[in-house]
Amino acid sequence: MSDRYQQLVNTPIGKIVSKQIGLPNPVKLERYERGQPVVSGPVLLGAAPGGRLAGATAKVLAAVEAEVHTPMVQDVRTAAADAGLEAKVWAPDAAPEEQTFKALVFDASGIADSTQLNELWAFFGPTIRRVRKSGRVIVLGTPPADCKRPRQATAQRALEGFVRSVGKEVRKGATAQLIYVGNKAESQIESTLRFYLSPKSAYVSGQVVRIGATALDADGIDWDLPLSGRFALVTGASRGIGRSIAKVLARDGAHVIGLDVPALESELEETIGELGGSTIVLDITDDDAPARIASYLLENHGGVDVVVHNAGVTRDKTLGRMDEARWDLVLQVNLTAQERINEELLTREAIRHNGRIVCVSSMSGIAGNAGQTNYATSKAGVIGMVESTAPQVAKRGLTINAVAPGFIETQMTAAMPIATREAGRRMNSLAQGGLPVDVAETIAWFASPATGGVNGNVVRVCGQSLVGA
Amino acid sequence: MNASTRRVAVLGGTRIPFARQNGPYARASNQDMLTATLEALIGKFALEDEVLGEVAAGGVLKHSRDFNLTRESVLGTRLNPHTPAYDVQQACGTGLEAAILVGNKIALGQIDSGIAGGFDTTSDAPIAINEDLRQVLLEINRSKSNAGRLKALARIRPQQIVPQIPRNAEPRTGLSMGEHAAIMAKEWGITREEQDELTVRSHRNLAAAYDTGFLDDLVIPFLGLERDQNLRPDSSVEKLAKLKPVFGGDQGTMTAGNSTPLSDGASAVLLSSEEWAVAHNVPVQAYLVDAQTAAVDHVHAREGLLMAPTYAVPKMLARNGLSLGDFDFYEIHEAFASQVLCTLKAWEDPVYCRERLGLDAPLGPIDTDKLNAHGGSLAAGHPFGATGGRIVAGLAKALGELGPTSHPHRPARPGRGLISICAAGGLGVTAIMEAAA
Repeated sequence: MSDRYQQLVNTPIGKIVSKQIGLPNPVKLERYERGQPVVSGPVLLGAAPGGRLAGATAKVLAAVEAEVHTPMVQDVRTAAADAGLEAKVWAPDAAPEEQTFKALVFDASGIADSTQLNELWAFFGPTIRRVRKSGRVIVLGTPPADCKRPRQATAQRALEGFVRSVGKEVRKGATAQLIYVGNKAESQIESTLRFYLSPKSAYVSGQVVRIGATALDADGIDWDLPLSGRFALVTGASRGIGRSIAKVLARDGAHVIGLDVPALESELEETIGELGGSTIVLDITDDDAPARIASYLLENHGGVDVVVHNAGVTRDKTLGRMDEARWDLVLQVNLTAQERINEELLTREAIRHNGRIVCVSSMSGIAGNAGQTNYATSKAGVIGMVESTAPQVAKRGLTINAVAPGFIETQMTAAMPIATREAGRRMNSLAQGGLPVDVAETIAWFASPATGGVNGNVVRVCGQSLVGA
Repeated sequence: MNASTRRVAVLGGTRIPFARQNGPYARASNQDMLTATLEALIGKFALEDEVLGEVAAGGVLKHSRDFNLTRESVLGTRLNPHTPAYDVQQACGTGLEAAILVGNKIALGQIDSGIAGGFDTTSDAPIAINEDLRQVLLEINRSKSNAGRLKALARIRPQQIVPQIPRNAEPRTGLSMGEHAAIMAKEWGITREEQDELTVRSHRNLAAAYDTGFLDDLVIPFLGLERDQNLRPDSSVEKLAKLKPVFGGDQGTMTAGNSTPLSDGASAVLLSSEEWAVAHNVPVQAYLVDAQTAAVDHVHAREGLLMAPTYAVPKMLARNGLSLGDFDFYEIHEAFASQVLCTLKAWEDPVYCRERLGLDAPLGPIDTDKLNAHGGSLAAGHPFGATGGRIVAGLAKALGELGPTSHPHRPARPGRGLISICAAGGLGVTAIMEAAA
């Protein structure tokens, strides 16, 4: 699973050679370790005039004890002062060359028409080259659907093109994201902003997330143990990405209930045993599986707070050569089982208030992939399930979201032919594959009780892959 | 003791033109300059043989022998020798502090009249002997036997000849004041252009003050100099842009143009009670209403060395029920253009006003047309102790000419001026003056 190319180009000679001949130069991405600050360097906070998110953003930056700089603009300075930030002054014309930032955060919600998009240029022009290694560019806006006037909606929609391009321009492991914050959802941004500022979002870039208003709140949350006291079911938990999910959720304080098929029972026991969790051994495609899961959760834990549908299989063949068994198995495991389990848990009210359903989709589900008609169908179906179920679960005080991993370094990818593997690794803005933990961190963000404003979102963990973008 | 206080009248002032270091005043001492200035004031207000309550004056760079310089100067003037005097020293705040001290005694009824003054020479600067040599010489002095004296004498080494020259550096940081100002400029993102524009305005305003005759009775010629030597009436942003940075490194924004030069000069102001002014038939130009000093912690908290006035002014405003916008003149001493701009930005900044000054809302911007309207230190120069007297005298005259202000929607009020002076050691001295109604 080691990325030999990345190791090679990061040697002193490798750096020179790769630069000379223009090879991609993937840097080692910073990843979260317990005890780290959310953001490990100065943050520059800016805003277009008339925005509504600088205040809420400043509060989060104060909460994470970031060193904040802002331009000498009254709105932003007032927001900083109100948040109790002793923000430093940023003046591009007078700034020394060595001034760099770990994160650039810009409230673009004040941009009311296309002429004001110039604010993006004015803020990021002098600053984009000052972003540090594994830095963050975050733009906040208003969801176009929440805009009253068409020209405002147009301008807010335009932010997507900007952010996706910035993601492709920034180097050294830096990422760019767009966060749409709905009306009255200003107070809901903390969890999402923390995730995107921190190394937890190492392999997430070029993404658009929507935060909506919700009555769900997480007052008094312990940000070091956000899942403390919560029970999390993880399917396919014995190895690979599922194992990483179980570990990260446990790290965040959750009691993990790992589920896997009987053939992997011993691996499951080992993985979950280390985490002090519980296990369910069954095949989720069995007719009685949903009922057994619901009964287990209700009887042993009084219900569940987080359900992670991670279990999935591939049975690749081009369509003309694919037998029905391959087709059916992939659809059943990857999609139908998730639907059936959700229905059962919802019907029996086994998911507690402010609960979470997190599904694992795939890049193939977005872009399609030769040889994976069955798999891509199932994973696109997952996106459909998330989008169609979201309004329904919201009424019960729950959310449902999905991650769509791109090229993640696993046993599965290690077995790929080298050309396919190298193409998969390099064809993204970060020029490398992600790690299972990157998927797990994203799931943990969705799973947090403080992420109630995020519902019906699909976030790719793909390093901003060129595929399906 | 008198429980009630009296109004402190400012009757007027004079100064000699300020010269650049090693210029026309190269051989003039502090005492020469102060004496000449006091003489001019005596002539202007017919104080010959008058016994005044006191004369308080001071400077920053003084010889150790000048411990009683102001008294010695008084003895060299036509004032009655029964006029007491003392020296004051508070870095660049010296001149204004002298006026506050005299004013407070008048307010309390301890004296009825007094002169506040200030001076400094950077040309005739004191040079101290090497500290090692000084210790040896003191040892010789303490020895009671010739043998002991010889033994001490034998400790003299050639390198001890190197003298100690006064440096314009902060003792606790080792940084020059300019370097401190450069740090502030960087913190506040002050551009070269802003600084150069402020500098040009200072020169143009001072030139206009000469051209319109405003300074005719405020500045008296000395040693052949009639106008401030540093004044460049034709100064322009284009010309200033050509200068190389002198503080803040290669990328620095501070030049010899937008920083005050080392200079020589002296100033004096006559203050009194209203009764004394009437009795002596001298019209009152303005009143010294209130004053406030403050200090920053530039050592441990790394606050901007020259930002202390930002603390002093809001306290004084609150005490007088005023806001920053309630003034017709703002006299902010221009040690460096960057320091003035930092001060103004700080008062406009919600973060600074909340976190440092403990204010709910920023003090706000000022009308820059009212800032140093008759020129500032950048144009006039800045003999440290003399700047306070220059400002008090100029502001009193400006307020005297302005009288009460009228506004279509507000009741008439006396014209008002704010003085803000930053000083070494993280000090700030500020005051409010009002026109005589």
